Amino acid sequence: MTSPNGTEPLVGIRDLKVDFRLDRTTIFQAVKGVSFDIPVNSTVALVGESGSGKSVTALAILGLLPKENSIVPAGSRILYGGRNLLALEPGELQKLRGADISMIFQEPMSSLNPVFTVGFQLTEVLTKHLGMTGKQARARALELLREVGIPEPEIKIDAYPFQLSGGQQQRVMIAIAIACEPKLLIADEPTTALDVTIQKQILELIAALQKRMRMSVLFITHDLALVGEIADYVVVMREGEIKEQGKVQQIFEAPQDPYTRALMLCRPQLTRRPRRLPVIDDFLKPGPLAGAGLEERSRGLRGDEEVILEVRHLGKSFYSREGLFGKREFKAVKDVSFKLARGKTLGIVGESGSGKTTVALTLLRLRGASTGEALFEGADLLSIPQEEMMRYKRRIQIVFQDPYASLNPRFTIGQLLMEPLQVHRIGSDESERRDMVYKLLQEVGLPEVSFFKYPHEFSGGQRQRIAIARCLTMKPEVLICDEAVSALDVSVQAQVLNLLQDLQDEYHMSYIFISHDLAVVKYMADQVMVMNEGEVVEVANSDDIYRNPQHPYTKKLLSSIPQGWRGARAR
Amino acid sequence: MTQAAALSLGAQRAESPGLWVLAWRRFCRDRVGLASFLIVVFFFGLMVASGLHLIAADWSKEVGVNYAPPTFSGPAIHDGGPSAPLAPDSSRAESAGKADAAAGDIEIVDPLADVLAEIRAQSSAASVAEAQAPTLAFGGDRWGRDVLKKTIKGTETSMFVGLVAALLAAFLATVFGALAGYYGGWIDDFFNWFYSVFTSIPYLLLILAIAAVLNQKGTLTVILILGLTGWTGIFRLVRAEYLKHKVREYIQAADAIGASHARRMFVHILPNVSHVILVQLSLHVVLFIKSEVVLSFLGFGVGVDTVSWGSMLNEAQSELILGYWWQLVAATIAMALLVTGFSLFTDALRDALDPKLK
Repeated sequence: MTSPNGTEPLVGIRDLKVDFRLDRTTIFQAVKGVSFDIPVNSTVALVGESGSGKSVTALAILGLLPKENSIVPAGSRILYGGRNLLALEPGELQKLRGADISMIFQEPMSSLNPVFTVGFQLTEVLTKHLGMTGKQARARALELLREVGIPEPEIKIDAYPFQLSGGQQQRVMIAIAIACEPKLLIADEPTTALDVTIQKQILELIAALQKRMRMSVLFITHDLALVGEIADYVVVMREGEIKEQGKVQQIFEAPQDPYTRALMLCRPQLTRRPRRLPVIDDFLKPGPLAGAGLEERSRGLRGDEEVILEVRHLGKSFYSREGLFGKREFKAVKDVSFKLARGKTLGIVGESGSGKTTVALTLLRLRGASTGEALFEGADLLSIPQEEMMRYKRRIQIVFQDPYASLNPRFTIGQLLMEPLQVHRIGSDESERRDMVYKLLQEVGLPEVSFFKYPHEFSGGQRQRIAIARCLTMKPEVLICDEAVSALDVSVQAQVLNLLQDLQDEYHMSYIFISHDLAVVKYMADQVMVMNEGEVVEVANSDDIYRNPQHPYTKKLLSSIPQGWRGARAR
Repeated sequence: MTQAAALSLGAQRAESPGLWVLAWRRFCRDRVGLASFLIVVFFFGLMVASGLHLIAADWSKEVGVNYAPPTFSGPAIHDGGPSAPLAPDSSRAESAGKADAAAGDIEIVDPLADVLAEIRAQSSAASVAEAQAPTLAFGGDRWGRDVLKKTIKGTETSMFVGLVAALLAAFLATVFGALAGYYGGWIDDFFNWFYSVFTSIPYLLLILAIAAVLNQKGTLTVILILGLTGWTGIFRLVRAEYLKHKVREYIQAADAIGASHARRMFVHILPNVSHVILVQLSLHVVLFIKSEVVLSFLGFGVGVDTVSWGSMLNEAQSELILGYWWQLVAATIAMALLVTGFSLFTDALRDALDPKLK
């Protein structure tokens, strides 16, 4: 990327390489010769999937790479104000950090120190870098909190981080980062841990601050759609290399690299619903797109489908002790009713704390329900005795969000997949079961050797396939996917969604698809149920709900979806 | 799946290291750990060999003179000390010979004389064969027993007590901790109450109380005492691990497929907390070896017919005043070597088993 208007860029990164020593013999090249500029007063977005080296690049700019095992080969340069940041003395670099260059991290909950008040952490920066007195610093801190939109800053300044919501914590982090009016703000996935509605607010805040303070922002994200709204320049990285860089308009309207195009089209879109989502390989292979993404799939219920599961007035309360004898009731789920049609998908959307996961767990009896019933072929899953439940357990299964946590790390894949068969005595003997498992592995697209491997040897997407295969061993009729693709990279997400769709087409399973990602739900679901604070806000066919939302909360949720380049310009 | 395909899959198995194999590889990279592991293996070998009577089976034979000094410091130089060159047996034989001569003078025929003479001849022949050495490799004890062999025999007892007691304690702790942590509720309350009672009594008092109740000395008693009092620390850790793991998604997933409570507790969670138990186990082996020494020193240890490092140290306390240091040194060196080795081994084990893999 050339400097805009020929002026000197704020930061110039030249042939940056970062290697990590894994052990004595192995070296992993995290960043393989990356060059780009961050011009003055503009936002540069660094986009890439996990392992692309985008965060490592940011850490290198700040000099925060772990000293023990990282190597930056000679020849790499990061130019800032005529100086090479990689060659600076640690003391000088420290003066620069926080004052000239500052950073916002992904997890606001873990980046704020829990034992100090917000005010203390803010004033610390001010007194240290700007040499303010305590009083001046406090006055400035109040100003900063107001600037980042914290309500009642006079009260919140003395609050501890845990007393603030996630969005407010991120605002405090931003306040700390901009306290010294830095020239460069590095934001590493600042909204990934936040809900959509909060994400939108934070993005708007960063964009507004960038304009007002005339600083540069390096915005790191995995979500290309997010970038269209705020970035001036986009750098797309993959496996430590830059695939493409340019002005945002050019990237979105005429992407040159197949990988950039893949990133844009692998993500389900609100406007289209192809029969299959394209995956990265479709783009990297030469030739035209093979069939993928052409034909549209129609979704929705007509109203005369066979109902397989009917939930009536489901409620779940948690109690916390208060005082000596009192207890306080917290209603996580209030009076939820829905019907699930055979072979169809019900999407449940909502922000964190809306009770959508609790609904799933109560249906499987992983949590006890407080009220209501769930009728599955006439039997109430919530009240039948435990022994009888065993019969139904194999017919209703769940895939969890985090594929790293839902597979027992001490079991081989073979053991993991054989276990449900053994527990439910499916198959006559071990060898027959083994054959069934091999067939399933093939079906979810894993090689048969996987049978002997352990979960840690697989990537996130592969692990999620294993989790799905594990459910499939029992041939369930209902499969609950609780944020099953949320933790996956965009490209892998498309593969898993395609797999789920293929399996539904083949086995005619019913899905309850839970997600906070409205685009994914739109793609997968026939019917969508919107939840907020434990209550069902709206239920409708997915096309209707996205075209014509009735409830104000649904409208708010839909308007928070990142629209990408075109959407942002259209607004 | 055909046989051949299954075979080829089996062949590829070697390419895929399990978590234990990875841990072993990490362990091998730690030189100190590996050296300490060799020490532990060496002592383990001693214990097994001695237990099978392959070595030191004749430790109780009085092969040397009383308090025979170690060979490397030379035989004791005599100034009327207890290890006089004349052994008691030979002096007895001499006086018996004099008595014979006296009997001959009076011409009274002893009807048993021939038999006695035969017995005497036999016994003197035997004592000649067992000529008591003036020095022994690492000295002798009060009865002239070889201290080296005695130490090996002591190693067997002490290590056996330490290992079995630690196994017992770890077993109790695992069962209690698993039940308490997994089920929670009143079961947890019960075990916590039990734990509190056990830990609120001073340790030595508890040991002495159990010793008094069992009312018999012996290796088994020591094992029971240590095992029954030593589970508390491991219990806390195992319980905490179970509390942590029971809410993990993989356990929920196991519940969803219909795995029973016992299966979830011992097939799913146990392998994931086994590294904690293993490290605690080896820590407690060290602790119990030391405790056995303390118990034996206090006189609550193993019986008089067995020897342990503790009983050796107990004997050494009176010997030291007389200047016989070798028994003390032998037991101390053996114990220090094993305890240090085992502790370093435990440290290395903990590093190797630390599951950094999520």
